[in-house]
Formats: sequence, structure tokens, C-alpha cells
Amino acid sequence: MITVTDLTKKYARTTAVDHISFSVSKGDIVGFLGPNGAGKTTTMRMLTCFLPPTEGKATVAGFDVFEQSMEVRRRIGYLPESPPLYLEMETIEYLRFVGRLKGLSGADLEKRVAYVLDRCAIADVKTRLLSKLSKGYRQRVGLAQAIIHNPDVLILDEPTAGLDPKQINETRDLIKSLAGDHTIILSTHILPEVEQTCESVIIINKGKLVATDSVHNLQARARGAESVLVNVGVRSGEFPLSIVRDRLQRISGVSGTTLKEEFPGGALFEIESSRGQLVRGDLARAIVESGWDLNELRPSAMSLEEVFLQLTGSDAAASSNTPPEPGPPADAPASEANA
Amino acid sequence: MRNMWIICRRELSSYFASPIAWLLLAMYSIIFGWIFWNFLAEFIKQSQDMMMMGQTQPMNVNEQIIRPLLGTSSFLGLFMIPLISMRLFAEEKRNGTIELLATSPVRDIEIIIGKWFSATLLYCWIIIFACINFVFLFRYGNPDWKPMLVTLLGVFLQGAALLAVGTFISTLTKNQIIAAAMTFGACLLLWVFSWVSSYDSSTWAQVFSYLSVITHFDTFDRGVLSTKDAIYYLSVIFVGLFFTARSMESLRWRS
Repeated sequence: MITVTDLTKKYARTTAVDHISFSVSKGDIVGFLGPNGAGKTTTMRMLTCFLPPTEGKATVAGFDVFEQSMEVRRRIGYLPESPPLYLEMETIEYLRFVGRLKGLSGADLEKRVAYVLDRCAIADVKTRLLSKLSKGYRQRVGLAQAIIHNPDVLILDEPTAGLDPKQINETRDLIKSLAGDHTIILSTHILPEVEQTCESVIIINKGKLVATDSVHNLQARARGAESVLVNVGVRSGEFPLSIVRDRLQRISGVSGTTLKEEFPGGALFEIESSRGQLVRGDLARAIVESGWDLNELRPSAMSLEEVFLQLTGSDAAASSNTPPEPGPPADAPASEANA
Repeated sequence: MRNMWIICRRELSSYFASPIAWLLLAMYSIIFGWIFWNFLAEFIKQSQDMMMMGQTQPMNVNEQIIRPLLGTSSFLGLFMIPLISMRLFAEEKRNGTIELLATSPVRDIEIIIGKWFSATLLYCWIIIFACINFVFLFRYGNPDWKPMLVTLLGVFLQGAALLAVGTFISTLTKNQIIAAAMTFGACLLLWVFSWVSSYDSSTWAQVFSYLSVITHFDTFDRGVLSTKDAIYYLSVIFVGLFFTARSMESLRWRS
């Protein structure tokens, strides 16, 4: 659906986007990830025909963004970083205007307006002035204008920036629900967002492509083998560290045990296994049958945040010292990448 | 054509949604009404004086009220034009809505003409609204309507030309106040260019004099429909909108 080859954007002194290539197939929902100033917005602006590329080419639905700009624009819905709202207009009036601008008219237009009002849950503010709407509503009106002409491709630039946690969840759910009908590229610098909404990720840093893969593969690739964290303890007496380690080592499929932390009456091991997470049952049984306490057993899934830091090379050393997080935080607007 | 009209309609509704259109309409009507009242009162006093002195010099409503009044209104337009054109692009750039327009399946030129045309329509509407005063002249007097319409056409053409310049200036900045100030400066300059002709008649002076909007308004003011002067205004409109298009293109390459 989208093919980008050697796309480059140079400004007078800086190169914002430097020969990046990727492709997105139909129906995908792709996270476009990078620290602030990485060139996310510039790339999106080139895809939406707002900026012409300096070098390279990009096609959307088979049309070149520079040569066949009008065809591309008809097939793209774009939500810029701040929703492009005319604050003096009413919601419905604004949506009608955008619909007309995108080539809709008559009964068709009214049908689409009613549809997006319903889909984006903004029907209750349809006669309200846009200037009176809260940030969350404005964002949803922004999404509504992007999908009004039922475009093949949706390009969303930081769709959840500046929203509160509840609004972020609502917006994410909305985006996920749109994935069936549209091919979506969304940019963000918030990592849990990508883990929760996207199927694959394109990571760029300083204008260069760093990685492009599925979320799952990226995590696996950075982690190497699957690993599990086990916290074993004893009720009384000295903790038999070497015996426990030997016992764990003997379980079939375990390729390595690392002592992560030792404390009075217990220890935390990281178990690497070739059988992935399947080894957990055997681990639990072995520990309990030996008469020890199994205090904790959890996958040491590396969060995308660490993958990201590793790939973009910033603070990689610092983050590997801290114990891995137990998966992505459920709701973490504060856990933005400090990159 | 359809896209142009969509843009134009939105612009007009936006003018009337923000108080700027109402404000200009009210202010202009008050000032125009006040000047009308003064010209009229003077006209009546003069005619009474003449009757008392028994003179029978011909009095002319066209020459003594309508013409000076429309001449003044072309001058008042100088103050109004920056206030109309300042927001056209500056506001879109500040709010980020320019990204919506520039990524919609609409050509730049349609956006530009739509916007300029909406500004021109508003300008004409404000003047026509103020000209309601003339109804009294037609009711109680017998003015000639043909030269009046020609002068009015001159006022419109001059406004449209200066608004095209204002549209261009509005693409240069995000700040409406700066756009208004620059447009005001440009309008004033195009106005005073003609002054050079009063003491100099060299080629350069003639060029400057030709460039001045006021030189070309004179013929319309006299009620003479002159193609030559109409062409001047049309070319200013063309040049203004052409530069707007170039400026918008450079906006794409730079931003």
C-alpha cells in the first residue's frame, strides 16, 4: 500500500530524513517510532504530499506522492500533530467542510458525516463550537476529519500527545478499531503505545532508519532467547544456593541460569531456555517438589523501550543495569522514552 | 471551480463568525454615514444660500455628494483592506490548518483564489451596505446612476487589487498583526507613488505614477469607464495572486 524508497529531505543546513526505505502492506497498522526530532513528522509530511521530497520516491496505493499528488491526497487521511481545526466552526459544520474539500457531496456527504460522528463518538458535541471542546474531543474530531472520505491510508502524527490516560486509552481503542478498513501509520515516541496498538514498527533515529519489523520479532531479536525470572526461597535455615542452581540447571530445555540477586533466605535467577516460556511448568514443579518456596515466576519480557534504547544506542548501558520490567506498564503516559 | 467556492464559502462564514466582519461593517457604516451626512448638510446649506441670493447656478448631486463620497471611501478602504486580508493565510499557518488544505485534493491556486475572492466579496459587501445611504438621494433628488456605478466599480477594482497584495503578504508570516502592518505599508506606498507626478515628469516619475493605485482611480472617479485603468487593476490582482502561489509553493519546500 505504501512503498518508500531512499526518501530524503534536506533543508538548508540539515538533513531531516536520510535515505529511508520501507513498505507497508494493506490493512497493517504500523508504529513509526523515534525520539523527538528524528524525522517522523517530516517523513509523514512527505507521504501526505505536504512536503516534496528532496530525493528518492514514495508511492501510496501505487501513486507517486510528487508526480500524482492529487491521486495520493484523495486516498490519504492525515491527522497532523495538532488537529487542524477551525476553532470558530461547529463540529458538524467543520466535518461537512472537510468532506466537501475531499470531494464528497450531497447525500454521500451527509452519510459519511453521520458515520464519523458516530464512529468517533462525537455526536453529542456536533453543534458545539470547536473552540469549546476539550483536548480529547478535539483529537477525536481530528480523527473524524481524517477518515471522512474513507481513505485507504491513514497517517496519524502523535495521535495521543497531550491527552490524559483515559483519553489515551479511548483514542487507542478507536485507532485499533479503524485498522480493519484502513492501512494506518501512526507516529509516536511513547513506546507502550506501539506495543499496544501496532503490529509492526519502523524505528528511525536522526533521520536514519534503525529497524523495521513486527513488534514481537523486535522484542525477540533484542532479547535473543526467551527467558524467565524465578524467585526461590526457603522458610528457615541457610539458603542452599548451589543446590538450587544445580537443580534448575538439570531441567530439560534450560540452557543457562544466571543469579540476578541474592537476599536472606532466597534468590532471584534468570533462566534461559530454548523451549521458550514452556519451561515454566517444569520449573515450578521442580522447585516445589524439592521443598523450596516458589515466590515468583514471570517472563522477563524485554519491553520495547529497552529494545528501542538498544537500537537507537542511547543509554543502552544504563538501562541494562536495571532489572527488566514485568512487561509493559498497563497505563503509563509518564513512561515516555527519555531518549 | 467547485473547490474554490467551498474555500470561499468557509472563509466568508469565518469572517462573520469572528467579529471582524461585523466590526468592519459597523465601523464603516458609521464613518461613511457621518461623511454622507456632512456632505449632504453642506449641499443643502449651499442650495439654500443660493436660493436666498437668487442665484441659479446648477447644483449637482453627483458632483457634490456621490463623487467625493466614493472618493473618500476608496481612501477609507486603505485602512480596511489590511484588516480583511491579514488573517487569510497567517491564521491558517498559526493554527496548522494550512496542513489540512495543503494535503487535501485541492490545487493551491484554488485555495488562493477562493480566499482572495472571499475577502473581495466581504469588501464589496461592506461598501454596498454603506451605499444604502444613496437611496435617500434617489428618493428626494435625481442623481445620474451611471457614473455612480462606474465609480463604484473603480472602488471595487481598487479594493480587489490591494486585497491581492494583502493576500500575498499574509502568506509571509504567521502573525496577523505583522501581516496587517505590512499590508498597510504596501497600500500606503502604492497610494503615495502618484505624488511624484506633481513636481517631476521624467520617465521614472511616470513609472511610479503609473504604479500608483490612485492614478488609475481618477478616471473611474470622474465616471469614465476606462479599459486601460481596469487592466492596471486586473494586472495587480494577477501579480498579487501569482506571488501568493509562489510563496505557498516555497512554504512547501521550506517548512
